[in-house]
Amino acid sequence: MIEFLWPTLIAVMLVFVIGLYCVLVTFNLIRLLIGLEIMIKAVTLLLILSGYVIGHPYLTQSMVITLIVIEVVVMVVAVGVVLNIYTHTGTLDTRSIRELKG
Amino acid sequence: MFSLYVFILAVLVLMALFTIMTTSLLRAGLGLALTSAVLTVLMFILNTPLAAVFELSVCAGLIPVIFITVITLTKPLKKLEAEESAKEKFHRFRYLPLIVLFLFVLFVALNIKLNIALPNVEMEPDARQIIWNVRRMDLIGQVMVLLTGAFGILVLFREIRKR
Repeated sequence: MIEFLWPTLIAVMLVFVIGLYCVLVTFNLIRLLIGLEIMIKAVTLLLILSGYVIGHPYLTQSMVITLIVIEVVVMVVAVGVVLNIYTHTGTLDTRSIRELKG
Repeated sequence: MFSLYVFILAVLVLMALFTIMTTSLLRAGLGLALTSAVLTVLMFILNTPLAAVFELSVCAGLIPVIFITVITLTKPLKKLEAEESAKEKFHRFRYLPLIVLFLFVLFVALNIKLNIALPNVEMEPDARQIIWNVRRMDLIGQVMVLLTGAFGILVLFREIRKR
């Protein structure tokens, strides 16, 4: 059980860094959401691992199901916002939405 | 079993890297689906089959479909713009494989032996009991989140009525 811990933690950190780098560096709105998704994948794996290690896999399982529901709702709303931005500006580039009024 | 598990972890990291590094948005959406599928295999190994089924059906099925729908609703770049965009993207993402490799070598070199004292607890018999008895409030929260999302979409895509 314990031998799974360190390799999985390494994978979690690497996947999280990959997602974070994408969110920090990209200017494309869809790619930004994909980076966010990758970060959520890392958090999901971390939750599953913690449940496995402390011997409560079913408890973390219910939390992960909640996380997945929230993830879907966030993505759907975010995609709606992205589509609205695209219809207004005609581009998915974040640099084009810097000049906001107000 | 352990070597197979580590191999699947490596595939997960590589799939995530492919998803981020690829120039095509469509391939990025497919890469996301594959990353979710690999995560599902890990979930099955780590004894969480119900969450794995959710991950496979929702995260590997529904979310990439949403992304691909958005990609098809937007206009593709012209050839020159696409080439320029790919070049610019390569310049911005070229450090990522090096960073991932450096971090991997660093973490492997550290080789921390985590000696966690595991609590002697009885494992719950069933996930359904946990969801319906212990985490009942989560379900109410989930319903509220779903309603929030539905109303959010209604607000975003409402039609302007002519007076």
